[in-house]
Amino acid sequence: MISTISTSGIRLFAALMLALLAGCSGDQQNWNAKSISGLMPELSYELTDTSGKTVTAEDTDGNIRLMFFGFTSCPDICPTTLQKLARVVKNLPEPTRQDVKIIFVSVDPERDTPERIKSYVEFFSDSIIGLTGSEKNLRELSKRYRTTFGYEAPNEDGNYDVSHSSAVYVFDRDGEARLLVRPGQSTEALIADLKALASQG
Amino acid sequence: MSVADYLLPYDFSPLTILAYILVLGLYSYALLAMPAADRPGSGRIFTFTLGVLLCYAVMQTRFDYYSQYMFFVHRGQHLILHHLGPILIALSNPLPVMQFLYRQMPKPVLPYLAPLGWAYRVLQQPAIASLLFFGLIYFWLWPSIHFDAMLSRDLYWVMNWSMLLDGLLFWWLIFDPRSPATTNALGYGKRILCLAVVAIPQMILGAYIVFARGMVYDVYEVCGRAWPMPPDMDQLIGGMLTWIPPAMMSILGILIILRRAMRADTGPAPRSAPHSKPGPGPETQQEATQ
Repeated sequence: MISTISTSGIRLFAALMLALLAGCSGDQQNWNAKSISGLMPELSYELTDTSGKTVTAEDTDGNIRLMFFGFTSCPDICPTTLQKLARVVKNLPEPTRQDVKIIFVSVDPERDTPERIKSYVEFFSDSIIGLTGSEKNLRELSKRYRTTFGYEAPNEDGNYDVSHSSAVYVFDRDGEARLLVRPGQSTEALIADLKALASQG
Repeated sequence: MSVADYLLPYDFSPLTILAYILVLGLYSYALLAMPAADRPGSGRIFTFTLGVLLCYAVMQTRFDYYSQYMFFVHRGQHLILHHLGPILIALSNPLPVMQFLYRQMPKPVLPYLAPLGWAYRVLQQPAIASLLFFGLIYFWLWPSIHFDAMLSRDLYWVMNWSMLLDGLLFWWLIFDPRSPATTNALGYGKRILCLAVVAIPQMILGAYIVFARGMVYDVYEVCGRAWPMPPDMDQLIGGMLTWIPPAMMSILGILIILRRAMRADTGPAPRSAPHSKPGPGPETQQEATQ
C-alpha cells in the first residue's frame, strides 16, 4: 500500500510538474486554434482510399494534413466543415496550397463505400483524400486521437445518426499533432494558422 | 460486443493493474499472516474489497471508455474515485492491516519511508487536506485544463490517479478509526468542519454547471460522444452528479462522525459507573477501620 502510494505519488508529481512546464513554455506561436503539441501521438493509420487501395500516413508525409472524422449522410457538421476546409486551402498562397492535404475519414463504413465517399468528397474539392476502413481500424485511429464515434438505432427507413468528433486535427509535415480546430473557428483564422505552420518548415 | 469487451480495460495501463494487484495481494497476505485477534471481520474485508474493486472497475473496464466520451459518466467515475471508493476503503478500517505490513518491512527500508511520513503529515493538516480535496476538483474541471486532460492520455491518467490518491487521504483523515481523545487523530469537531467546508464549493461548482447556458466543457462535443446524446442533457446530468451526491456524502460523513462522537461521550460512562456508585468500596473501608 505504502510503496504503491509512493511510486504513484512520485509519478504524479513529476507528471504535474511536466504539465505545468509545458503550460508555461510550450509553443511561442499564438495559434488561433488549440495547440495540441505534445498532447497527442504522431499521425498513423492504415485505411482504404476511394479507389479501394490500402493507404498509410506515410503516403502523405511531407504534407501538412488536416484530418476530419465524419460520414457522408451527415446532415450539418460534415458538409460545413469540408466546405470550409476546401475554401481555406483554395485561399492559401500557391506553394503552401500544394502542401496542405485534407483527409476525410468516414466512421460509417457500413453505408459509406469507397465509391460513395469518392463522389461525396469530390463535390467539395478534387483534392480531398477520402478514407474509411474496418470498424476495428477506425476504432484504433479514433482512440489514438482521443475521440470516438457511435451509432444511433436505425429508424424504419434504415437511417441512423452517427456521433463523431467535430474537430479538425492538424498534423505538420513530420506527422506531429499540432493543432485542434474547433468547429466555430473562422476561415481567416485557420488560413493564418496554416500559413504560420507552413512557414515553420 | 462480448462480455469480455465490457470487462477488459479500454485503455490498458500496466502500472494501474500492477498497483491494484499489489494492494489486493498485500491485503490478502496480511489477512493470512496476521494474528487472529487483529484480523478484520468478514464485513470489513468485504467493504475494503468492494471499495478497491469499484475504483478498479471505473479505471480498467469498458466504464473508462464511456467516462472518456461522456461528461456525465466522467463525473460518475470521479464520484467513485474521489468519494465512494475511498469512503468504503476508509470505513473498512484497514489500519491493523497496514500496521501489520509496516512491522513486516525490513528495518533498513524504514528510514527511506521517512520523507513519505513528512509529506503525509503536511497533506493531512485539516486546512490543507480540505483545500486539496475541493481544489483538485476545481483544477481538473477548469475548462481549459479539462480540455487538455481529456485530449492527452498521460494527463488523463494523472488526473484519475490524483483524484483517487487524494480521495484516500481525505476520507482516511475523516474516518480515522483512532479516538482523538487518546491519539493525535483529528478531533471530531474539526472532521465535521472539514466535511462542511468541502461540500460548499462542490455544490457551487455543480450548480454552476447545471445552470450554465452554454457549453462549459466542449471537449466532449469536439471529440465525439459515445452515443448521440443532446450535449446540454449530458452537461445537466454531469452537473447534477457534481452537485448532489458529493453533498449527500458530506452529510452522511457528518452523521457517521456525530455517531462516533456521541458514542465516545457516552462510551466511558458504564465503565466508570461502578466507581461512582456508593458500592461496597467505602463500606468495606469503613468496616476495616471499625
